[in-house]
Amino acid sequence: MIKDEGVLKKIADICISKSKEFGSTNSNVLVMNSISENVNIRNKKLDGSERSENLGVTLTTYIGKKKASISSTNLNENNLTELVKRCIDSTKVTPEDEYNSLPDQELHFKGEKNLDLNDGTHISNDEKINFIKEAEEIAFSNEKIVNTNGSGFSETKTNFILANSNGFSDGYKTSQFTAYCEVVSKSNGSMERDYEYSSKRYFKDLLTPKQIGETAAKLAISKLNPKKIESNKMDIIFDKRIAQNILSTFASAISSATIAKGTTFLKESLNKEVFSNKINIVDKGNIKKANGSRYFDSEGVKIEVLELVKNGILKDYLVETYNGKKINRKSNGRSSGTTNLYFENGNETFKQLINSRKKILYINETIGRGANIVTGDYSVGASGIMIENGEFAYPVSEITIAGNFNDMFKNIILADDLEFKYSTNSPTMLVSDMIVGGK
Amino acid sequence: MSNIFKNTELDLNKAEKIVSETLSNYDDGELYLEDTKSESIVLDDNKIKSSNYTKDSGYGFRAVNGDVVAYSHSNEISEKSLINSSKNLKSTLKNNKGTYNSEIKKTNQKFYNDIDPVDEKNLSDKINILNEINKYSRSIDGTVKQVTANFLGERKNIEILRSGGELLQDSRPLVRINVSIMVEKNGRKETGVYGVGGRQSYDEFLKNDDWKKICDEAYRIANTNLDSKPSPAGEMKVVLGPGWPAILIHEAVGHGLEGDFNRKKTSVFHDLVGKKVASEGVTIIDDGTIDKRRGSLNIDDEGTPTEKTVLIENGILKNFMQDRLNARLMNTKSTGNGRRESYKHIVMPRMRNTIMLNGKNTQDEMINSVDKGIFAVSFGGGQVDITSGKFVFSCTEAYEIINGKIGSPIKGATLIGDGPSSLKEVLMVGNDMKLDPGIGTCGKAGQGVPVGVGQPSLLIDKMTVGGTQL
Repeated sequence: MIKDEGVLKKIADICISKSKEFGSTNSNVLVMNSISENVNIRNKKLDGSERSENLGVTLTTYIGKKKASISSTNLNENNLTELVKRCIDSTKVTPEDEYNSLPDQELHFKGEKNLDLNDGTHISNDEKINFIKEAEEIAFSNEKIVNTNGSGFSETKTNFILANSNGFSDGYKTSQFTAYCEVVSKSNGSMERDYEYSSKRYFKDLLTPKQIGETAAKLAISKLNPKKIESNKMDIIFDKRIAQNILSTFASAISSATIAKGTTFLKESLNKEVFSNKINIVDKGNIKKANGSRYFDSEGVKIEVLELVKNGILKDYLVETYNGKKINRKSNGRSSGTTNLYFENGNETFKQLINSRKKILYINETIGRGANIVTGDYSVGASGIMIENGEFAYPVSEITIAGNFNDMFKNIILADDLEFKYSTNSPTMLVSDMIVGGK
Repeated sequence: MSNIFKNTELDLNKAEKIVSETLSNYDDGELYLEDTKSESIVLDDNKIKSSNYTKDSGYGFRAVNGDVVAYSHSNEISEKSLINSSKNLKSTLKNNKGTYNSEIKKTNQKFYNDIDPVDEKNLSDKINILNEINKYSRSIDGTVKQVTANFLGERKNIEILRSGGELLQDSRPLVRINVSIMVEKNGRKETGVYGVGGRQSYDEFLKNDDWKKICDEAYRIANTNLDSKPSPAGEMKVVLGPGWPAILIHEAVGHGLEGDFNRKKTSVFHDLVGKKVASEGVTIIDDGTIDKRRGSLNIDDEGTPTEKTVLIENGILKNFMQDRLNARLMNTKSTGNGRRESYKHIVMPRMRNTIMLNGKNTQDEMINSVDKGIFAVSFGGGQVDITSGKFVFSCTEAYEIINGKIGSPIKGATLIGDGPSSLKEVLMVGNDMKLDPGIGTCGKAGQGVPVGVGQPSLLIDKMTVGGTQL
């Protein structure tokens, strides 16, 4: 059973009071408990099961403008005392940094917690196995699916308390259910893999085993016997699962940490046009049941809804306390990063998008971390499907796609098919004039 | 004697009873205990941005029957917790008709010293050096605008208790020092990153002001990139420098030769043992036994002594890398490649130090032979799709080659190739084998483990370069 608030709060209180006793002027502590149960199957049969139970503490102590942290999973009181002492000793020898501080008290979250982030349902191991086995059975019902890379189901429950010496003390339970199925297709000496997955806070919101199995099989089969194409300048459509990565890269380029250091290509871009004027980007932490929703960030600061980009213009950064001070901005509750980050829908349907050019390359997989946020350069390995006259014509692989975000962002056209599958979400995205490296 | 048991509420004899009772009717399994301390000290933007110390201990209890693995782990090392885990394992593995194989090879081999890099040097000394690194790096040139440097240190003690009471132990030090420098000139920004590390003390890398070389190298890469022009796009000849570019070997063939993917027949290499998979002259080994290297281990995380495993010999595929589970199911022996990130993770076959051995050619011969291509010296990271064999890696320092001569530096680009065919396209193998500087971490199924790579210079007939210049 997941530990209840009282148990976690007691540990947090010990850390805060001992820190004070040993000489800290301020402190911040996170006590986190999680229990996770996974089953993995392969070829419709149990491959393994895993149960993990974690309870840990992370403490940060301040002495004036000096700061240091410790974390540990050994929480008996003697060990805690030793660790707090060690943390204070480290704090003493760490040089002062004028920007070190706890967040402004007025920014602390104080509200109702009504976002429905915890589903108390427990799915037994047998039920988990049956769920994901059904997905594999559906996938294997297609004769071109010959193997699996493994499929799985996991259930994770967490509870935590975040407290600081300025009186903040709060926490809440969350749940996450995840099912995935990864299958291998084979035909004429070509072997390919692909997957489908679904991850939700509520069990009943998951895709069905049938949907998961069918999509995984369809994707893996669609990649069989790919061609390598000639190098060329091309218009590219990014599948939603790739488009969301591009949005994540944008987010890392507007965090207060990169802005303060100047290590981002968007350093001088506030209130300037970064995207074409049809693009709006929102980060909204208060969507009920959503994967990215939270009440406060890792400093206890309330989460504001941010309109990061409005009509193509960059309107805001993702700010936490420390780097916010460096750039004279108040924290907007993003010390844990973005929440539910998304592009608002565009005006065109998916069909209109794929019919908008005679020839478009549809990319549904990229490989490698090819985004450089200092220069904005982008270069990744990729595979996908060539679209000709609105029809998916043939699979393409072993190619690269490259460009620079400064240009790519201005060339984005979005479809109207946004859905909240991940924490970061994008509609299907068309980007014109990218360089494809092939033969 | 056992240190982990000494410091917890769990009694060794009681634990041994639970382990033996639980595992007696299964094919394999063990109780893995771990006690790790680690630190991360980061200097960023002229300040010590963070100083973190972590102490983590816990156990992972595993039972294996046939090809099914049950695993239960907890950071509460107690008899009560272990009994719960035992119940959990038994509830998963309902078919308990296995035969426990208690045989495990003994070893006294030691490739690193039993030292504690975290506590043997005090925090203020480390902070002082980071501040010196910052000061020195900023003094190299007025174009240096940002410096990030960090110290990562760890000591991991592990104990493996097998059914029947055998207890195996290892104590593993690991350090890493990284410097990242951003330069800016005429409005253009570029970064250069360099680092060193291994299973030894920080001081090994700091003595005689050796840390200055780390800064110089990071600066050199950043400064080179300031003059870089857009990279070409398309298929061309590629010369790889020695050392760290061996990420190619790791991605192109390394992962595909891990036992699990081959037992499951999802690797493109699964039916190619004894067949030619690389050009003549290409020999690749995975070696866990090199002194103080990042990927070296005395024993793996199942207790098997590590060894030097020949993967490809003169172009012919010889062996896969195995843990106990996959070895048993494929009727062979563990090669000591069973590894896990921590007690929170299951064991899988993983690489150690993966190395291509020397050939006969010189780097000059390679470059002279290329009319149009690129010379890639330094890399960020890589990734592979085991099933299709496609792999990528991204250059952080590269040059164009025109008519047999090295030309201008080019911008970072991703290179993509096909694992099984790319090693057949090796045209020349250099005589200048170098190991990487000790900074690699390999990710697989969400688990990161420290690894090493090494290779001589290589000339590859064609790879696709992901530039923007057609």
